[in-house]
Amino acid sequence: MTNAAMAMTEEGLAEPLLKVNDLRKLYAPGKGVDGVDFELWPGEVLGIVGESGSGKTTLLQCLSGMLTPDSGQIEYTGKQGDKLDIYDITESQRRLLLRTDWGIVHQHPRDGLRMGVSAGANIGERLMAIGERHYGTLRSTGEAWLREVEIDTARIDDLPRTFSGGMQQRLQIARNLVTQPRLVFMDEPTGGLDVSVQARLLDMLRNLVVDLGLSVVLVTHDLAVARLLSHRLMVMRGGKVVEQGLTDQILDDPQHPYSQLLVSSVLTP
Amino acid sequence: MTVMIEVTDLNKRFTLHNQGGVSYPVLTDVSFDVNAGECVVLDGRSGSGKSTLLRSLYANYKPQSGQLHVRHQGELTDLVTATPRQILNIRRQTLGYVSQFLRVIPRVSTLEVVMEPLRALGVDRETCREKASGLLRQLNIPKTLWHLAPSTFSGGEQQRVNIARGFVVNYPILLLDEPTASLDADNCAVVVSLIQQARERGAAIVGIFHDAGLRDQLADRRIPLTSPAKEEAA
Repeated sequence: MTNAAMAMTEEGLAEPLLKVNDLRKLYAPGKGVDGVDFELWPGEVLGIVGESGSGKTTLLQCLSGMLTPDSGQIEYTGKQGDKLDIYDITESQRRLLLRTDWGIVHQHPRDGLRMGVSAGANIGERLMAIGERHYGTLRSTGEAWLREVEIDTARIDDLPRTFSGGMQQRLQIARNLVTQPRLVFMDEPTGGLDVSVQARLLDMLRNLVVDLGLSVVLVTHDLAVARLLSHRLMVMRGGKVVEQGLTDQILDDPQHPYSQLLVSSVLTP
Repeated sequence: MTVMIEVTDLNKRFTLHNQGGVSYPVLTDVSFDVNAGECVVLDGRSGSGKSTLLRSLYANYKPQSGQLHVRHQGELTDLVTATPRQILNIRRQTLGYVSQFLRVIPRVSTLEVVMEPLRALGVDRETCREKASGLLRQLNIPKTLWHLAPSTFSGGEQQRVNIARGFVVNYPILLLDEPTASLDADNCAVVVSLIQQARERGAAIVGIFHDAGLRDQLADRRIPLTSPAKEEAA
């Protein structure tokens, strides 16, 4: 049985991985995150959609420990069932989480990669951070992950800047998944890629999410991407969640005026 | 007799906020039951709410009021109030939905598309492959196409791939939205026999069929639908 299938059938036994309570981070009225609550369950992919400026990225930054919120709690359930309040733990505990249990895939690969070191070193970094020192292991894990994200292993010693945009994005994903995180935050992972490259990346992400049983918080403005990857959607506007529910229900039968506008504004080729 | 679906006073209305707030009811106080091993056909002219009802039964549409109980692992669960997590679980194990349209995912092969719902239940790849191959063969999809993504297939081929996908799991409840539309007589007969087999193994089936002959052949019972809004307009 795959991890995802297990996570899903353990309904009732499992508890949420992430509990977010009344989270606020406002730059100005209606700008930022204005009181958001939700739970994320193991194996679940939550899509956050909304127009630019609706607070999606601010929310993701608060969730992933990159931006301290004004108020509210984020409770994370660790591997041993321990409860961690993300902004109540020490900076070093938070950094450890970010290197082990969590992954962050940025929209621009250069924000998530070290451009000055080789592809192999990019993949090995998180492993070294948790104590792996054996060169052979680092090398073979690097090669395995390059294969996993469909990059020619002969490129292992090349710098990411010699890679195409799509390859850089796949390398960023490999770099994050190498420590087998439980929770991955993704900010527009397919933004800025042309459609053929997008399709390949999406297919890869879809399989990885299922095979590794990942929980994902995915920010996107692309509703097709949201439909393909996420189980559940939250529609944001002006820092608030205006509607949330099953992905296909929100896309096929949106209730809130803003969700209706969002869905009806998409061009279908 | 086990009740598998119990619909009580279901109301569904669409409100178009961005088109002057037009609001019209489609389903008004709809109630009916479906038992295990029974095939119920929704009757009514175009626009009477047949597909809306079927989509509500799959929790794809959200009713304003009423109850929609389905039997999931022995218990009746109300889809109107269930959480997304519960609904996904119910869909995975209990509810099958087959329309005439396949949602194509780039780069995913036909065989994988058909295997996927069974894989999601944790069944091993080999068993999934066998069951999927059997269905594709039955539905006359040439073996040369199995490893291609169905995006370039003809409409009829995509439709049959979708039917294979819908029948790969032995769902206790099957919702069929014109699965045979535009299929030729041979393939139509295959689908009819799949439906009959499902009924014989005890599935509760709710279907929409435009072909009158097919309705007569499959329906144990009919549920007439009339949409009040459309009636007024007429």
